[in-house]
This record gives sequence, C-alpha cells and structure tokens, in this order.
Amino acid sequence: MNKNNLFKNFIWNAVFVSIVGLLIFFVYYSTKKVDYIWRWERIPSYIISNEKIDIRAPFEGVLHFEGKTIVIKSTDGSKTEKISDYKESLLSDNTDVYEGDIVAYDYKYKIGPLTWGLWNTLYISFVAILIAIVIGIITGLSRISSNIVLRKLSVTYIELIRGTPLLVQIFIFYFFIGTVFQLDRITSGIAALAIFAGAYIAEIVRAGIQSIPKGQMEAARSLGMNYFQAMRYIILPQALKRTLPPMAGQFISLIKDSSLVSVISITDLTKAGREIVSSTFSPFEVWFVVAIMYLLLTFGLSFLVQLLERRLAASD
Amino acid sequence: MISENCIIQAKNVVKIYKNGVKALKGVSLNVMQGEVVVIIGPSGSGKSTFLRTLNHLETINGGNIIIDGIELTDSKTNINKIREEVGMVFQQFNLFPHLTALENITIAPRIVRKMDKKSADELALKLLERVGLGDRGGSYPSQLSGGQQQRVAIARALAMKPKIMLFDEPTSALDPEMIGEVLDVMKTLAKDGMTMVVVTHEMGFAREVSDRVVFMDEGNIVEMGKAEDIFNNPRNERLKQFLGQIL
Repeated sequence: MNKNNLFKNFIWNAVFVSIVGLLIFFVYYSTKKVDYIWRWERIPSYIISNEKIDIRAPFEGVLHFEGKTIVIKSTDGSKTEKISDYKESLLSDNTDVYEGDIVAYDYKYKIGPLTWGLWNTLYISFVAILIAIVIGIITGLSRISSNIVLRKLSVTYIELIRGTPLLVQIFIFYFFIGTVFQLDRITSGIAALAIFAGAYIAEIVRAGIQSIPKGQMEAARSLGMNYFQAMRYIILPQALKRTLPPMAGQFISLIKDSSLVSVISITDLTKAGREIVSSTFSPFEVWFVVAIMYLLLTFGLSFLVQLLERRLAASD
Repeated sequence: MISENCIIQAKNVVKIYKNGVKALKGVSLNVMQGEVVVIIGPSGSGKSTFLRTLNHLETINGGNIIIDGIELTDSKTNINKIREEVGMVFQQFNLFPHLTALENITIAPRIVRKMDKKSADELALKLLERVGLGDRGGSYPSQLSGGQQQRVAIARALAMKPKIMLFDEPTSALDPEMIGEVLDVMKTLAKDGMTMVVVTHEMGFAREVSDRVVFMDEGNIVEMGKAEDIFNNPRNERLKQFLGQIL
C-alpha cells in the first residue's frame, strides 16, 4: 500500500517536472525561432561591477615607495602625500610626477542599476507598508466607530480609493497633490501607494475586529478598561493575528504595485529594467532577472509572515 | 430603605432593546454589603439583562441604578471607575485567548491600576492558588478545561479587588463534572463576605449559599425571599410552575 503510494507520488512528480521542462524548452525554442541572441554575460555588471579607479598625483613632485606605500614629495619639499589604498602601480621608485598623473589603480565594487532599483523598490514598499498599516488600523477602527463623521469619512476614503485605478491615483498624487505641497517624486510615490494599500488594509482590519467575539470587549470593559485600552491590549492583538494571511497578500500586492511608480520617473526595479533594456537590447534576460528579483522580495515577505504566524500560534 | 450598607440600589429599571423588545419592565432591587443574591427565572425573563445593567454593559432606558453611592446613569459618572469596583464572570468565560492564565489576571491591574509587573504577578499567583490553579499560570486558555477557565475568569475579576461580583450563569456552559469546582470557589467567596449577585440555574447553590433568592419572569421581579421560603412555599403561580419544571 505504502509502496504503491510512493510510486504514485513519483509518477506525478515526474509529470510535473516534465511539464515544467516542456515549458522551458518551449521558451528556448521560441527564442531560437526569432533568432534571439542570449547575452547573459552582460547582466551581472548591472547587478554589481568591479570598476578600475585611477589614483592621480595631487601635485608635482617625486614618487617613492616606502614598502607598499607610495609617498609623493612636492618639488619644493613643502608637501607630502601618502597613498596606501591601491591595488597596483605601474611606476617605479624615484619617478618624477606631475599634478594629475595616474600613479596607481584601485579596484572597487560598484553597485549596478538593477541593485539600486531593487533597493528603491524595497525602500518604497517597506515605508509604504508601514504607513499603510497605520492608515489601515485607524481607518478600520473609524469604520466601526459609533461616531457618524468618522464612519462616513472612512467609508468615503475606502470607496474612493478602491474605485479608482492606482495608476490614476499616482498621477493625481504626483501632478496635483505633489505640486501643491511641493512633494518630491519619491514622497508622492510612497504616499500614493500607502494610501492605496491603506484602504484595503482598513477593510481587512475591520473584518478582523468584527470576527472577535463580543464577549472579549465586554470582559475587557467589565474589568475597567476604557475602549482604547480594550482595543489596544485585547481586541487588536487577536484581530491582527487573524488578519495576517490576508495582510501578507496585501503586502505582496503592494510590492508588485510599486512597479507603477516608475511612471513618475522613480528609478525602481521596473524603471531600472526598462533603462537597461533600452541600452543593451537584451529584453529577455533583463526582464527575467527583474521578475526573479521581485520574486525574491515577495518570497522573503511571505517567509517572514509565516515565521510571525508560527510565533503567534503559541496560544492556539 | 436607603441605608449606607446598601451597595446596589436599582429602582424601576427599564430596558428596551433596539428591536422594541421590552426586556426589563421596571425592576427594583437593593443589595446589602456582603449579601449573596441569587436570581432565578426562565430564559428570556430578563435576569441576565438586569445583571448586565448593573455594570452598564447594557444601557437602561428608564429608572436609575446607584452602585456604592454613585449614580450609574449620571452623565458625569466615569463608568470605568465603577466597573473597577464591580467584577463580572460570564457564562462563556470570555478569557483573553492570546494571553496566559497569569497574564489574563495581571492585565487589568497593570493597565487600569498601573500596578508594576512584579506585584501584579504576585497578586495573580495568590489568586490562582485561591481558585486551586497555582500551577497553571503559564497555560493558555485553550489548554485549560472549561472549569479551569471559569476559575481563572473568577480570579481575573477578583484581581481588581471589586466590592461586588456579578455572575452571569457561570456554570451553564460547563460539563456537569466541572460545575462543582466552580461552585466551590464561589462558595468560599461568599463565606469571605463578598457581595455577590448570581444568575444561575444551580438551585443547590441558591439553597446553600444565598441570603436571598429573586425570581424574575417576563422582565419583572415576581417573588423575592429567603431560599427556603422560595423553594418550599412559593406563592406565585409562575414560580410554582418554574420550580416544578426544574426541581
């Protein structure tokens, strides 16, 4: 029986692997058909590159070696310059040098545009998520508040944001609100994303709070806690724990949606990809790498949320 | 009948639910300091509703309630202050599932009374021992039986050092073999002189512990008296019928 199951599993896994293999072959075959030339070797330098840096003489003088250190004494003897941070020098001892002469080379790792784009995307998403959580909790609480003003304001906000495309919101934020309040593009982009995600998080928070039995609030209030203490210490910790899975989905959406801020010239991962494509004409490689980088971010986030869920499961 | 020993004074309390149901039609009850009052009655008679008006979990539509000399319905009254003095135990326990038994007890003293962690923990341990759960402080509610959860809930209410304890059918959600352990804790409390108002179906408890039994029906107090009078010589027809059904 057990052996039979193992065999079945093996067969189905084999089917899975062959389908994936077939897909990969199909991609390869189609690129062959359009005579696409793969240039994977170009990609790494857009992630990180090792660049040669010239080290030049600051003034006219004579060059000595003191062990590994290069010492330049100015002609009139008033100034000396010591250079020890270099990788190679082509000059020999007691050479006359003029101001601006290359005396040595150093190699430095330089972060490529794709890495910068990844960092920008990470930064924008992270800040936007943090703000969105705050907006979401406040709006979610207002949504179930007994105060009519708070309730109607939050419903209006949620409906406006959910009913219009994010792309349009980003344009409005950048060209209208950004102009009025003199916001730079990064701030506008982050604000647009945070306010967009905040509306969805508000509904998640509301559903989470309403899923907590009424008795919890009654018990907290009967112990003398006020409404806010009861929310802060009793209801929200339980509600937020329940909302973690939909929250994780919302965060992942936000990371992906952040690619839209490239339309207001923020050099995020997507814009970096577009720029590299236009200078290398290697769209396939670049967009594959960009996709993988987004996957890294979203997988990382999923993993963190799962860790958090497992930690919070202690009381279950 | 207003004396300084009178810790609860409810006068003509009326409660009408939003759907128009009149749950309380003018209930008046005075409870003395240290008295144990048991409220019995058929379901829907308003006994739980009345109990819940005593710490303002239900707002009232008429009459007034004075707890320890403070008018509940007065808009100037800080309701949280009164709730600190009135402990409540629920039918469904309502323990906080994300906190351990110990934290369930310490959270209100720490947040509301600003007690430091060390003294709150000491207090909680003492209370847990008092309800016979000295070794279960680290357990989460989901790891405790119903009876144990209810005893933690009693300890949690006691941690605020209330002057009055309200019990809303504390044993109704329990398996029969666990009812005894909860009733025992309540009996000790009564012996220690706690003022208690208990809504229950446990007639044994009412007979043994109560100073007074109140019978409610259809939003009114129908009959009130010492346990033996109520159980042995009921005068009201509805009460006779009720006792006939449950005894």
